[in-house]
Amino acid sequence: MSPLKTLTTTQRVLKQLSHDPRTLALVLLVPLLLIVLLRYVFYENTVLFNGIAPMLLGIFPLAMMFLVTSIATLRERTSGTLDRLMTEPISKADFIFGYAIAFSVIGFIQASLASIVILGVFDVTVMGGTLPVLITAVSAAFLGTTLGLFVSVFARNEFQAVQLIMPILMPQILLCGLFTPRDQMAPALEWLSNVFPVTYSVDAMQQVAMHTHWGSQLTRDLAIILGCGIVALFLGAATIRRKE
Amino acid sequence: MASAIKIQNLNVILGKDFEALKNISLDLSIGKIIGFIGPSGAGKTTLIRSIVGRQKLAKGSINVFGLPAGDKHLRNDVSYMTQESSVYSDLTVIENLHYFATMHDVTRQTMPSEIKRLLEVVGLTSQAKQLVGSLSGGQKQRVSLAIALIGKPRLMVLDEPTVGLDPLLREQLWALFRKFSEAGITLIISSHVMDEAERCDELVLIREGEVLTHDTPANFCKKTSSKTVEQGFVKLVGGRK
Repeated sequence: MSPLKTLTTTQRVLKQLSHDPRTLALVLLVPLLLIVLLRYVFYENTVLFNGIAPMLLGIFPLAMMFLVTSIATLRERTSGTLDRLMTEPISKADFIFGYAIAFSVIGFIQASLASIVILGVFDVTVMGGTLPVLITAVSAAFLGTTLGLFVSVFARNEFQAVQLIMPILMPQILLCGLFTPRDQMAPALEWLSNVFPVTYSVDAMQQVAMHTHWGSQLTRDLAIILGCGIVALFLGAATIRRKE
Repeated sequence: MASAIKIQNLNVILGKDFEALKNISLDLSIGKIIGFIGPSGAGKTTLIRSIVGRQKLAKGSINVFGLPAGDKHLRNDVSYMTQESSVYSDLTVIENLHYFATMHDVTRQTMPSEIKRLLEVVGLTSQAKQLVGSLSGGQKQRVSLAIALIGKPRLMVLDEPTVGLDPLLREQLWALFRKFSEAGITLIISSHVMDEAERCDELVLIREGEVLTHDTPANFCKKTSSKTVEQGFVKLVGGRK
């Protein structure tokens, strides 16, 4: 593995995105519009919105990065470039980490913009402060990226890649505590939500929102998120083979 | 003549039980242009993927410059151009070259001159800053070829590099291949167009996963008493039936 090759891969992925301003705009701005939309859905109920908004910061970067990464890596497989790269002097780790860093950067920008809208424009109070919000959001983006990298293996084409968000991400979002507190769900579902990684990115945001100091549960949540991300990265690397 | 590639009793199974290559043995010499010629579906790409080390072998062995195919130490020596142009269409020509050159450990100091050299060889200097997606098919193919040239490879494996190109462009590409060969590079070029066989130094005719013949085009025509390789191929295959 070489840091130069990893970072050059990151730079290459970011350059590809920069040549595609429409995709970039969709990734960065759509979450903001959705947040604005939700604010006015809860027009009469500011209290409820204040409770939900931080959780959205744990979900949006994750979901967007999941989608973008899974399609970007799928394209790499179908265009023949991955085929070529696997005969070149680049390690699989350079390739995978290059992608992970690139989309975590995008996730960071997206999360920062979303935080500005939620914390700045709509004045939602987060007890823990802005920095922990950003740290948690980037972790969520990282998790989304790594899951996307891993899952793209199971898609043969773009149609399938987009559809994968339904079986893989939707159940996690439904069970993560956004719609109803997890301890009020059927016991089996609560148990299931305990093993879903998205749960911890949403819980981490709630921890940041509710506590002024950095608690041990926040540390645990972030450790789980990063741990799951790293496992997904290794699984993703294992699915790329030099010899097929 | 020293051999660049030595293939012994190679068998490749694709999917569950499709025998894509059947007991192939070949000895390909250094510095030649070697044509893998045969109809589509004959197994040319599978043989190429085996040589660059992307294909799992069921049986047999392949040695490239004395090392097993796909060996780590061969990654700088062997370059592979897949059938699709396998370049990033949402990057400019220069950005593509820069990325792959970094993978080949071209340093920051030598990068500008290396990129300049590559652009000149394939004649894309004036398109350098264009997005590859906006180029014509032939230009894309030349970007891909430029990438295959990075780091001075000893063996270039090109899968159908001239397919779908107009005659003039094909002529240009073959002039380039000849130039590479004169520089001492061994080239493997696959094609399903028989008249391309005549331009190669050595000819490997492949059909249904088997090597029908390995010879020079002139010898092959003489043996089959044909005027062209195409005629010879038809005679040979027709005779078998």
